[in-house]
Amino acid sequence: MSVESLVDAPATGASPIGRSVPRPDVPPKIDGSFEFSNDVSVAGMLFGATVRSPHPHARLVHLGISAALSTPGVVRILTLDDVPTRARTGHIVADAPPFVDGVARYVGEPVAFVVARSQELAWRAADLVEVTWETLEPLTDPDLALTPDSQRVHPDGNVIRELCLERGDGPLTADVIVEGTWSTGRQDQAFLGPESALAMPDVDGGVTLVLATQDLHTDQEQIASVLGLEEEQVRLVMSGIGGAFGGREDITCQVHLALAALATGRPVKTTYRRAESFLAHPKRHPATLRYRMGADRDGTFRFVEADIVLDGGAYASTSGPVLGSACYFAAGPYRVPVVRVRGRAARTNNPVCGAMRGFGAVQACFGIESTVDLLAAELGIDPIELRRRNVLAPGDEFPTSGQRVGPSAPLRELIDRCTALPEPAPLPGDPTHPYDLPGGTGLTTDGEHVRRGVGFALGVKNHLYGEGVTERSVATVTVTANGATIRSAAAECGQGIVSALAQIASAALGGMPVEVEPATTEAGYSGSSSASRQTWMSGAAVRQAAAEVAARLLTDAAGRAGVTPDDVELVPDGALVGDELISLDELVGDEPIVATTEYRPPRTHRGDPTTGQGDVHVSWMFVAHRAIVDVDVELGLCRVAQVATAQDVGRALNPREVRGQILGGITQGIGLALNEHLETRDGHVVNNTFTDYLIPTAADVAPVEAALIEEPDPDAPFGLKGVGEPSALSSTAAIAAAIRTATGAPVHRVPVRPDDLLT
Amino acid sequence: MSDAMPSALEVAITLDGRDTTLEATPATSLLRALRDAGATATTGACEQGECGSCSVEIDGRVECSCLVPALVCHGSVIRTVRSFVRADLADALAEHGAVQCGFCTPGIVVAAEAALADPEPLTEHGVRESLAGNLCRCTGYEGIIAAVLRVDEARRDASGRERTG
Ligand code: FES
Ligand code: FES
Repeated sequence: MSVESLVDAPATGASPIGRSVPRPDVPPKIDGSFEFSNDVSVAGMLFGATVRSPHPHARLVHLGISAALSTPGVVRILTLDDVPTRARTGHIVADAPPFVDGVARYVGEPVAFVVARSQELAWRAADLVEVTWETLEPLTDPDLALTPDSQRVHPDGNVIRELCLERGDGPLTADVIVEGTWSTGRQDQAFLGPESALAMPDVDGGVTLVLATQDLHTDQEQIASVLGLEEEQVRLVMSGIGGAFGGREDITCQVHLALAALATGRPVKTTYRRAESFLAHPKRHPATLRYRMGADRDGTFRFVEADIVLDGGAYASTSGPVLGSACYFAAGPYRVPVVRVRGRAARTNNPVCGAMRGFGAVQACFGIESTVDLLAAELGIDPIELRRRNVLAPGDEFPTSGQRVGPSAPLRELIDRCTALPEPAPLPGDPTHPYDLPGGTGLTTDGEHVRRGVGFALGVKNHLYGEGVTERSVATVTVTANGATIRSAAAECGQGIVSALAQIASAALGGMPVEVEPATTEAGYSGSSSASRQTWMSGAAVRQAAAEVAARLLTDAAGRAGVTPDDVELVPDGALVGDELISLDELVGDEPIVATTEYRPPRTHRGDPTTGQGDVHVSWMFVAHRAIVDVDVELGLCRVAQVATAQDVGRALNPREVRGQILGGITQGIGLALNEHLETRDGHVVNNTFTDYLIPTAADVAPVEAALIEEPDPDAPFGLKGVGEPSALSSTAAIAAAIRTATGAPVHRVPVRPDDLLT
Repeated sequence: MSDAMPSALEVAITLDGRDTTLEATPATSLLRALRDAGATATTGACEQGECGSCSVEIDGRVECSCLVPALVCHGSVIRTVRSFVRADLADALAEHGAVQCGFCTPGIVVAAEAALADPEPLTEHGVRESLAGNLCRCTGYEGIIAAVLRVDEARRDASGRERTG
């Protein structure tokens, strides 16, 4: 899209749905008055610093805290002995101790938490904690970890989850068969706002935390269980979130801070430093994907066989569902009669992996799309044409689960619209600006050996959790004489949920002004802002609650005017009966009108235990990416010249924010394709700074052309689909494909390294 | 090593037009001293000079405040996003979807205003280069770049009209 088209044309009609309404959180973010979690402070607060394991695998022999404790300004040092329960954290599998319990299993695992009068003092004292370790051999190869006589990383064993999907009978044979092994890097969410929170003791023996998290209630549950408190005694208040992308789904500092606040009777805050942040939160799983795929001579897909191994790191985090996602999307959005997928998530002594935008489907997409390209080459069929012949259509069976595909699956349209988007100017013979060349302002390229390649990929993922996990979201809408307020626990990570919820409520209430209260655990459960679910889930809950309130206002107004509710219309400042306005003040008086509703989407089911077949998802989001990449084939340097995308958005609630998600996700996709990998050597992270872990800058990003396909999903509120993840699904695979066409190199892994391209 | 922290010294600065006293040891960066004094408008994502989120103007020069020792700023005039933010740029950023989580935004505003001070008309490449030191993980930068270009054009039109009118 041209950058100007980001500004939406003024919408017609009164409904705010489909309009790029302004976001209330944006002005304070621009003038610096917005309060992020690390901006929060209260008088008399103490500061915490985490002592972490320097070893990927080591026995904790002795923890000497006396020197650190006697440092001036140090108030308390917490260790495992101070934890009142044996409970573990982990919201799928509770397997991670709050502090190393006997054996450290990854670099950065917390050992102790130092509480001092200032953050600097706490850090200095943390360095004085004497830890004696007996180092053990780290197990860092996930394939090795899955062999039967491997050493065990954890008492639970090394297989976090194994999943086999089987669909269709018949031998895995075909006219043409290709094989490929693909791998993906350990991408960090690299949100800019570091982990930070404040915990305060409460008079009832409980604790209040002010923090940045994707899911207040899941944090609450875990904190309460480790502290041995009732859930009601753990109160969470959301502060500003400096980005998340999946990296704030797990416990990092929360339990330590809560313990510290209770142990000292004082408020305690901590803020991680960047190098620590890189070690502390789970990241995108490195994956190895081994594929065999067959087709008839005419290009009809016959079978897909995939073996997927994810490196989950030392603790389970969300590895189980991420593996589910990797497996269920391993055959892409295609008709494939015979599918065999085996996936395993392994424990290793590498950094813990969990949720990141795209959640396993990114890795699967790179695997299947790369394999489809191999097949196209072998068949001599254009790769886009081959996809067009095999994509799913409404009513088909989903290839990995057998689930019936609903009416909203506009794959052919995605292909057509994406490929029709304008291409950038041809490679300049005499480039005028070095930014347009591989290597950028490094001026490394003379331009002579630059080749251009075009690549194409399709992506698919479900919205919402799936696989039988209970889905619900609760919201409360209150109308007073001043307008409406929404109470919801949904996390605003920057994606715009606050304005989306206000938009939805306002639409149901005749355009009434709507405010969204700060999110706390006092609000009902909303589930996490993840899985492209929050606008759908909490949007639906808000819509129901607002509709109930609206119905009561209408009835009330009708009663006063002696007409039927059908004769009444809600308007921003009250209700209109004919020409007569009944003001909100008159209507509501001193009794606010309140409705709390819980929304539950259509149910999903766990797949069959042996074949994985079943209705495991609510519905799917589809996306197409075309990448144009210039490569200096002598130097192995790549520059993305353009990314074009068509995205199935159901209904764009706020087109500006939808485009924002598209641009942001593509940029992260460029990062994974070209640069982003948290490198480890024998379990030690080597690039945990922004000096060495390179996220795309303004000089690296490519122009984006985007087409939104609006084909409403019948199950979703307003027909909207999730928009957070698709942009990250297939942009990486399309870039890799473009590099292949430019260079002829096989590009078996992302991020692509220069030596992968030199032949 | 000595366990005691070196005692804090007072640093007198003019912060966004107001006389302000910071406390700092020789190890304290200007970023930390500002934030410890409650001036949290300036954020810091790396404290290593890599992200630009901590950008402020010190005596007329835009710098990463995480790399500048607070003590050397004694007597300096420091301007943060609070001084730089102007309605036209704020509106343009909001309208172009240039703000998601907002953590990078204060630094972007400072860097953008520094770029906009250029007497020459800005080009897209020029803006990219000016902002290449400011990481944003959310937006993909296009909205930011478009907003800065729009403001540059609008301000030029306005001053052109003033000159001719
Ligand atoms: S905090 Fe100063 S450059 Fe990142
Ligand atoms: S808006 Fe989140 S880092 Fe820029």
